[in-house]
Amino acid sequence: MSDLARSQNQETFVLNLGPQHPATHGVLRVKLTMDGEYIAEAEPVLGYVHRMHEKMGENRTWAQFMPNTARLDYLGALSYNHGYVKIVEQAMGIEVPERAEYLRVITVELNRIASHLLWFGAFVLDLGGFTPLLYAFDDREHILDLLESVTGARLTFCYFRFGGLYNDIDDDFITGSRAFIKRLRKRMPEYHDLVTKNVILITRLKDIGILPAEMCRKYGATGPVLRGSGVNYDVRKNEPYSVYPELDFDVPVYSECDSMARYMVRMDEMEQSMRIIEQALDKLPAGPIMPEKVPRMLKPEPGDYYSAVEAPRGTFGVRVVSDGTNKAYRLKLRSPTFSNLSLFGEASQGMLLADALALMGSLDLVIPEIDR
Amino acid sequence: MTFLPEPLRLLAFVVGIIAFVALNAAYLVWLERKVAGHIQRRIGPKEVGPFGLLQPLADGLKLMSKQLLVPKGIDPYLFKVAPLLVLVPAVMSFVTIPFSENLVARNIDIGLLMIFAFASVNVMGLLLGGWGSANKYAVISAARCVSQNVAYEIPMLITVITMIMVSHTMNLNEIVMQQDGNLLDWYIFRLSASPLMPVAFLIFFTCSLAETNRAPFDLGEAESELIAGYHTEYSGMGFGVFFMGEYANIIIGCSLTTILFLGGWQSPLNMAADGWLAILGDGWWWFLAKVYFLIFCVMWIRWTYPRTTLWGLLNLSWKYLIPISLVNLLVTGAMIKLWPLMKTFLMGAS
Amino acid sequence: MSGYFKELFGGTKSLVVGLGITFKHMVKPVVTLQYPHESLKMSARFRGHIELLGDDETGAAKCIVCGMCQRACPSGCITLDGEKPEGAKKKVLTSYTLDFTRCSLCGQCVESCKFGAITFSKDYNLAGPRKEAYIFDLKKRLEERSG
Repeated sequence: MSDLARSQNQETFVLNLGPQHPATHGVLRVKLTMDGEYIAEAEPVLGYVHRMHEKMGENRTWAQFMPNTARLDYLGALSYNHGYVKIVEQAMGIEVPERAEYLRVITVELNRIASHLLWFGAFVLDLGGFTPLLYAFDDREHILDLLESVTGARLTFCYFRFGGLYNDIDDDFITGSRAFIKRLRKRMPEYHDLVTKNVILITRLKDIGILPAEMCRKYGATGPVLRGSGVNYDVRKNEPYSVYPELDFDVPVYSECDSMARYMVRMDEMEQSMRIIEQALDKLPAGPIMPEKVPRMLKPEPGDYYSAVEAPRGTFGVRVVSDGTNKAYRLKLRSPTFSNLSLFGEASQGMLLADALALMGSLDLVIPEIDR
Repeated sequence: MTFLPEPLRLLAFVVGIIAFVALNAAYLVWLERKVAGHIQRRIGPKEVGPFGLLQPLADGLKLMSKQLLVPKGIDPYLFKVAPLLVLVPAVMSFVTIPFSENLVARNIDIGLLMIFAFASVNVMGLLLGGWGSANKYAVISAARCVSQNVAYEIPMLITVITMIMVSHTMNLNEIVMQQDGNLLDWYIFRLSASPLMPVAFLIFFTCSLAETNRAPFDLGEAESELIAGYHTEYSGMGFGVFFMGEYANIIIGCSLTTILFLGGWQSPLNMAADGWLAILGDGWWWFLAKVYFLIFCVMWIRWTYPRTTLWGLLNLSWKYLIPISLVNLLVTGAMIKLWPLMKTFLMGAS
Repeated sequence: MSGYFKELFGGTKSLVVGLGITFKHMVKPVVTLQYPHESLKMSARFRGHIELLGDDETGAAKCIVCGMCQRACPSGCITLDGEKPEGAKKKVLTSYTLDFTRCSLCGQCVESCKFGAITFSKDYNLAGPRKEAYIFDLKKRLEERSG
């Protein structure tokens, strides 16, 4: 479309999907060159929320960096906690007790459901349906109350410690989680009836925002974006960690590559997370949550370490270069949303503005995580 | 109302209509917020006054006290005239709406035509507002509004032509009087006029939703894409007038639907009673009840569905509503000729 | 042709089902808490800003001024000072200031204290006009609490 327009010497104008916009979910600026209602070019401009987390990683001790991990992607904070403690444990050779591993998986999956619920509400809000947001937030309240009773926080969790967890759960948490899973299983068909099967939504999402698998690979997209394009890659299955190998769950993969596929991947992931939580609660062993002896002053061997976890938005990778002191020499955080957003420039060419925003919503962006 | 001399009667109506529109514009906002709240499992306004009933007053005071910002680079006449072009035609359309048998300002014989003529001016208001705002978002929104309104006027007018064929008149009060009787005499159930009457009702209702830029057809003011569309640059009372215009148009749309399909001020029970049972007879309360029920449905629809895209909207109109309304027109025309024959056949057979 | 009607009826059915769901929710009771008039009980592990704990008998702070919390804090919120009075074995706390404008409620301080001298409070109603209101003098607050 844009080539045709250019060949007819039509005027294009620049529209700023500015840093302040209801649909960009954070402080993201996209410079759109528009030709009428069609996008000729899109250029995301980042950096409005850059808070220098990686630099802080060089100036803080290993333990002092923990709260920063929660502030990266505040919606999936526990996965980021997990990614960070995992690499330090790997570098230091710390063994994590089994109960702690199971509890980590349970809380991370609860966090994943909370993140996907919020994504669901915000996505449909972008498309103009104001009500599912409130229903999703109602469900999310239950998760946040559960997590608050364990960790003390509702959003920016600082719960994991090197070797285990900050504190243990009680029986109320177990009964609460099971009750929540029962409640959400009853609500999911309602969401599907109200939103997924709605003809207006289907017209808006089907065959919109096609991201072929080659394009995803080229830009390094991971997570539901990649799985919605037919590539079966999930860090929990392909590079297993923690106790995921002992739990039985499926990885939803849809091959239509459109926004509807990404939507369905996330809805199915919520169901799979519920399965994981149920199994983990059944298999939860008794025992300590911290190992016997954790060194006070953490000084990993000098070297280069990398590890990744499956965050709600994709593969969260941490690369640590240690020089033997109690602070990292270089801490690199591989943000999944950064790679997902870089698709947007190429994918949105020739799209209608409304469709491009539906595409952006389906990429599930959290800007503070992009800018770190 | 025949005991007052004509000028005084008209003056009473002018004052009454303006008061009705203003009160409704204020309290429909309250109703919308309450309906939205309860659909979303929360309460809505409750602090200002009992049940939040004074909230519209507070909102009105707030809007009036804001500075009327006029951005640089706008077209001064278009910018200032646009909100009026949305509100004034809606208020003027109330002139022919029959609230009850005698409660009509002017029972114009081409009332229906007059209302549609005024409704077309509504689009101009949106277009001028968007264009005159010197804001790219507003211009995009204005262009969308124009194509949307043109596309949805067509099925609406085809359906109205169908109704005129059935009722042989454009006088709104007479159309209501033709639906005298009980519930089954209302035009929506008048299958002898056309078996597709309920479908015509749905088409007309959908088109009136689209004409007033109401969700799911609110591309003009798509909040999550275009900030606020054509009224982005309006502040204070400028925005207030757009808002009042939108609600006034909703009332006109719902009133027309009621008059054409749901029997206007006719009661669903075929009785004339005295005393307190008179409330079950015909009267303005039935008209208002039906209009408010339709307005509730409009709000209910808004808070349930996401927004259509421009293509989805135009597809719906050109591929579904227009063909179906044309089929309805043909079927109605056929029924008008065939119904007398069918009736004698059925009467003869029984 | 059949696809056309299937789409039409299927679409209309999905719309009606959607309306049914919102109507069902509309007639159910609200799930919100009317905040200023009612308030929630905070959970036991809720993390408000830290508070000093006092000795059960004397009411004096349990803190022995080891400085672990100050070193553990990532944001440099804690400043404390103490002195060793004549003839006493342990140091006594003279001042303990928490700069809450920088605190991220990470819990490193509470975890690092081996003497149980600090704990999380349940304060969440903190709104004030000046930044200085959030530089808490925890020793003074302890003294006010123990009376």
